[in-house]
Amino acid sequence: MMQSQREAGGPQDLDHGTVPPDGRPLADQPKWRQDFPIDVAQDEYVSRRELVKFIVLTSAALTVGQFWIVLKRSFSGQPARLAGERIASVDELSVGGARTFTYPEGSTPRLLVRTGATTFVAYDQQCTHLLCPVVPAVELGRLHCPCHHGWFDLHTGQPLEGPPQRPLPKVLLEVREGIVYATGVEESAT
Amino acid sequence: MTRRLRLVRAQRLPIVNAMLAFVVLIVILQLWLLTATLNASLGGDDSTVIPAAFGSLACLGLNAGLLWFLFRLES
Repeated sequence: MMQSQREAGGPQDLDHGTVPPDGRPLADQPKWRQDFPIDVAQDEYVSRRELVKFIVLTSAALTVGQFWIVLKRSFSGQPARLAGERIASVDELSVGGARTFTYPEGSTPRLLVRTGATTFVAYDQQCTHLLCPVVPAVELGRLHCPCHHGWFDLHTGQPLEGPPQRPLPKVLLEVREGIVYATGVEESAT
Repeated sequence: MTRRLRLVRAQRLPIVNAMLAFVVLIVILQLWLLTATLNASLGGDDSTVIPAAFGSLACLGLNAGLLWFLFRLES
């Protein structure tokens, strides 16, 4: 094709000359193209080259995001250090009973469940799927999200069934002298 | 003394098109890697975070290499 262009009197140096789309010499082109010649091949080349550069920049951004996850996990893997706070007395709840509370003050609602004579568990009440409130099903050993039928393990907070993929954030508890204290929040109960 | 082959624009265009296809594929792979890692990390599984970060870095290296090749085509 290049040879035919040269034979037809087209530009000798295709790297620097203007190549009309039909390949005919510039002298045979309409006047508007002679006045404003557009090199289609060059135009396409430049646009694709710029797109490659932009996509490589996107690739760099995705790599930065990946390392941001590493840094975030390195600095926030430990449970949040919070002051202990009284949330209930043991006598307030019967076995299988539950109540909501906030910890720390102003947080999203938390759910305290008495699972045995001396055992309590507490989790964030918002389902990790779409933030519906979960309700305890103590007899099944589970927590139930009625919106989309998600189920969590009552003792670990891990998702068991339904759409939730992440465990419920766990509130760390201590029972001292008949009082239940919240002592911290474990964002990711693994 | 070696003489480098100088490619004309018409020859460079298919090369840059092929390069574009590779770069797009690698970026899609990186995007999948990022979403999968974030999902696992939020679910409490941190075991994949560091290998995925280095995998993404390798993909970026591959992309940077292709871009370097593109600049070299023009020099």
